[in-house]
Amino acid sequence: MSRLITRRRLVTTGALGAGALLSGCDKVVQVPAARRILFSGEDMQRGLQRALMNRDALAPEYSTAQMSPVFRSNGTANPDTPSYNAMVANRFADYRLAIGGMVAKPLSIPLDRLRRLPARTQITRHDCVEGWSAIGQWHGPLLGTLLKAAGIRRDARYVVFTCADRIGGTPYYESIDLIDAFHPQTILAWAMNGAPLTVAHGAPLRLRVERQLGYKQAKYVMAIDAVASLAGIGLGKGGYWEDRVNYDWYAGI
Amino acid sequence: MASHAEPLDDTVDAVPEERFTIFRHRLATRLWHWLNALTIFIMIGSGLGILNAHPHLYWGQYGANFDSPWLNLPHWPGWLTIPAHYNLAISRRWHLFFALVLGFGLLAFMIASLVNRHFQRDLRVRRREVAPRNLWADVKAHLAFRFHDPERPGAYNTLQKLSYVVTIFVLIPLMLLTGLAMSPAMDAAWPWLLVVTGGRQSARSLHFIGMALIVGFIIVHLALVILADPINEVKSMITGWWDVPEEPR
Repeated sequence: MSRLITRRRLVTTGALGAGALLSGCDKVVQVPAARRILFSGEDMQRGLQRALMNRDALAPEYSTAQMSPVFRSNGTANPDTPSYNAMVANRFADYRLAIGGMVAKPLSIPLDRLRRLPARTQITRHDCVEGWSAIGQWHGPLLGTLLKAAGIRRDARYVVFTCADRIGGTPYYESIDLIDAFHPQTILAWAMNGAPLTVAHGAPLRLRVERQLGYKQAKYVMAIDAVASLAGIGLGKGGYWEDRVNYDWYAGI
Repeated sequence: MASHAEPLDDTVDAVPEERFTIFRHRLATRLWHWLNALTIFIMIGSGLGILNAHPHLYWGQYGANFDSPWLNLPHWPGWLTIPAHYNLAISRRWHLFFALVLGFGLLAFMIASLVNRHFQRDLRVRRREVAPRNLWADVKAHLAFRFHDPERPGAYNTLQKLSYVVTIFVLIPLMLLTGLAMSPAMDAAWPWLLVVTGGRQSARSLHFIGMALIVGFIIVHLALVILADPINEVKSMITGWWDVPEEPR
């Protein structure tokens, strides 16, 4: 083969090119414009999924026989702050769920009142962003019922959950839009697998938003605020992990 | 099929420098080939980055630390993952953006290849081709490094055709399907995803197996390009024009 490009040189160039491409990907993410394009995948995924999905399409529900024998906990296993420990000590008798923000009448609801509200029971799959799944039973009132009771304003667009656990001194928080907030499976669970929530799983109250990943299922929910924009909250990206490590705000995939 | 040279005749043997060149790869094929090469490269790197978050695979609907994995995988080293340092969020950004490129790219390629008749002409598998005798003859031809039928040099040989058909119509669609089945929202939109995959953790396992098979395809594909004539093959996938090798070997 008497050509300018030899087979060996082509193969070597190809292999070096692949290596350069791999490390090039890390450089590309540093370029703001490229980063914006890459991060726009989230909006495309959300747009496509919402277009393909009925607003009220239900996440699959399972039978008791299909439940995980052990449902692992993740994230904070115990907020362990003085105020949280005090609530645990008197079995959440002083706990109040605050519903506020863009609502006509802000509410402050004790746990025993929440437990007397009509509740939904659902056996659903919890999908962690890391890849594992666990199936458990959740029980609690619909978030939509509470938002209506508080008179959520028409110009509200998101619901923000502020939690009792702090990671590195900052309270955990999450947010969802009103499509998910009023979904018929979106509940504030106070019981799991037939018993009151344990501390590891978010006692006394956690969000279940069943068409999204695990980090959206805020535990230790203390306050719920209806807002028009996520811009002024936390670092503005709609959640603790979204703010800090660029997790997608829309976690439907 | 167009050709630069006059059709082969008796005089060709006397002038060996005269190369017979055919137009082999249409524009849609070439565009998709290179876009897909980049996309699959990114999907594998970012996918291994995601897998590092929980490198255990299960069968069924659920599977987590207290359940029994059928496969425990090693930690994938940084030179294989995108990004090179563990960052689940950024791996997912790469993976879920290029998943759209993979899916819609395949769709566009399939439509184009039906319209330009690439599928019907070049990838249709005929019954006599998959007869055991023919397959065996093709295996022997590969072992002798004969990859082209001198009668129809532009046609894919049977094993080559089968590997393309399996990759285009089985493996990449399997990756898309199992990828979608891992999405909690898509499981609500299309509950049949869990029926056909056998559950989210089964889908995750099949996604890994499909990836491994695609890696196998890539290794064989690159090895055969190198064995055949890498310059000619790469050139033809860029320009579309392919030099028919001098035969017989």
